[in-house]
Amino acid sequence: MTQLAGWGNFPVKETTLLAPRSEHQLHDLLASNPSVIARGNGRAYGDSAIGAPTTVHMRHFNKMLAFDANTGLLEAESGVLLGDIIAAFLPRGWFPLVVPGTKFVTLGGAIAADVHGKNHHRDGSFRNCVVWIDMLGADGVVRRCSPEQNLEMFDWTAGGMGLTGIILRAAIRLRRVPSAWIRQQTLPAVDLGDAMQTLERSVDASYSVAWIDCLARGAQLGRSVVMLGEHATPEELPPQQAAQPLTARRVSGRPLPRPFPSFLLNRYSVRAFNAAYYWAGQRRAGFQIADCDSYFFPLDALLGWNRIYGRKGFMQFQCVLPPDQASNGLRALLEETSSAGQGSFLAVLKRLGPGAGPFSFPMEGYTLALDFPVSRRSLALMERLDRITLAHGGRFYLAKDSRMSADVLRQSDSRVEAFKEMRQAGGLSGRFRSAQSQRLSL
Amino acid sequence: MTKLPVLILGARSDIGLAVAHAFAAEGYPVQLAARNADGLSAAKNDLELRYGQTVTLHKFDALALEDHAKFIDSLPQLPGIAVCAVGFMGEQSTSEADPIVATEVLRSNFEGPASILAHLANRFEHRGSGVLVGISSVAGERGRATNYIYGSAKAGFTAFLSGLRNRLAGAGVHVVTVLPGFVATRMTEGMDLPAKLTAQPQEVASAIVRATRKRRNIIYVRPIWQLVMAVIRNIPEPVFKKLNL
Repeated sequence: MTQLAGWGNFPVKETTLLAPRSEHQLHDLLASNPSVIARGNGRAYGDSAIGAPTTVHMRHFNKMLAFDANTGLLEAESGVLLGDIIAAFLPRGWFPLVVPGTKFVTLGGAIAADVHGKNHHRDGSFRNCVVWIDMLGADGVVRRCSPEQNLEMFDWTAGGMGLTGIILRAAIRLRRVPSAWIRQQTLPAVDLGDAMQTLERSVDASYSVAWIDCLARGAQLGRSVVMLGEHATPEELPPQQAAQPLTARRVSGRPLPRPFPSFLLNRYSVRAFNAAYYWAGQRRAGFQIADCDSYFFPLDALLGWNRIYGRKGFMQFQCVLPPDQASNGLRALLEETSSAGQGSFLAVLKRLGPGAGPFSFPMEGYTLALDFPVSRRSLALMERLDRITLAHGGRFYLAKDSRMSADVLRQSDSRVEAFKEMRQAGGLSGRFRSAQSQRLSL
Repeated sequence: MTKLPVLILGARSDIGLAVAHAFAAEGYPVQLAARNADGLSAAKNDLELRYGQTVTLHKFDALALEDHAKFIDSLPQLPGIAVCAVGFMGEQSTSEADPIVATEVLRSNFEGPASILAHLANRFEHRGSGVLVGISSVAGERGRATNYIYGSAKAGFTAFLSGLRNRLAGAGVHVVTVLPGFVATRMTEGMDLPAKLTAQPQEVASAIVRATRKRRNIIYVRPIWQLVMAVIRNIPEPVFKKLNL
């Protein structure tokens, strides 16, 4: 037995951790273990990828299989990291259609959580770039699932949190990009209303996201730095970069606002950080050229930033609220957070586009992500945030969840019962089981 | 300028494969050599897709000493760098009980690697350039009851590499001795290893790439191993023989 946790280091659970090296070994493993869950790179925050009782680490399924340079179609095993895909194909002018806030997620994990990125309002979630998935089912049979064949399984699997089977391989479509650089526009927003209006006005931007100072109160509640982005064309780059537009080397002399080095990060500096980030954003208002890593994955530069909250770990809270309730709901969530004084180092607000799929998280509206150190106070606060979300018609992101109750999940999302019924009907309930699926009774 | 290829001996091992990735990512063509070279076709495909480098597969048996010269002749090009990741730990208890098995461990970790590197050394010396990398082990620093068959072979290999480096120092050929501590590989799967002392194969690989670039002589992958081994080497024998290590 091994002690295993997700990215938030909470909760820590006992599990049998196995890492098969071949499909053959995986089949044997499935035959001899009644309940398993697949695990990618362990970047889900909570207990999504901790098996109850057996966890199947997919790290040895990490080979790229084929690439078509005409269409951008990439076939790869599920343990390949999005970061590997970017490293291999960005220099050739290709980029994933959708990337989450870290590139250290596996292809299988990105599909299972149906991750979204800063372009969700235009391009939707990760499922939109998935052409097919090879799934190892409860019966030990591998099936290709796509919009053309086994559509239902394809649909449930994208966003199904690994509870529909084990993703072995997938094909995704990459998009052509003109350079390895992002032309970033930074727009400070003085309060929540300003931030939301700025995001609404920016629906034509390829990428948009806002960092919220979640500790600002009163008239400054919700003050933010909105960051828009476009893939830069070679003509928009300084001569040094324009010569080799697909080679991302950091622009010298123009450092972007970056988080503190990890040794300075603790709960006492969070308030200062949030304020500093806001002021830095204000000073930098306007256009900059940023490399893809700084724009899409600012926190990846702080390897192990999940440890800043100490051994007890931390929890993420991420919900999405529908457009008509978003303003009131976000205000209530931020008021609750700032008055509790429970600092969040990472607070992100994002406008989402229409949802897709029977169990995926995103839906039209606003998503807010906050993180909190593990403590009784935080847990109590998060329960209050749950209730505010429910009162405003919102729902929750399972890839971030580590502590929600089954009851809250059901109140938030009428699709849960259908998901559970599908699992029961397909003989999946006992077969694919995580600590999270048990807690949430999925 | 195109780079000379890197030859990986024992390319099916976790460390060998990680080394192949690390060099291919640096723009080197790669020659993968293993007993079962056919089993490497997926790895070849993967490496080519990721790094756009030429990858070739070569059948190589470390224990077939008489074929070693022929093997080198069969390579499409004499490599610029050769990394020997051949090794076989076996079960100490089996090796103790059956000296024939022990001999296989000795041959796989010393005789075979030394033979192929000796051939390569002569070719590199003749050319006047090249880097040889031997992956030995901290187990060779002092024999311990739990691991001395493997350890003694690695001790021999370490001494061989040291002598080779000495011999070739004036000939433009560099020799790197790698002494990884614990590494999370197939060899150590299921062992209960302390996390702080255990490197990932990728760490070993990037340490090797760095060492070839900087012409380092002896590297421990995680610096803490230098300390650990200094302690182990300096325990007086009357005490050491009673320890349970």
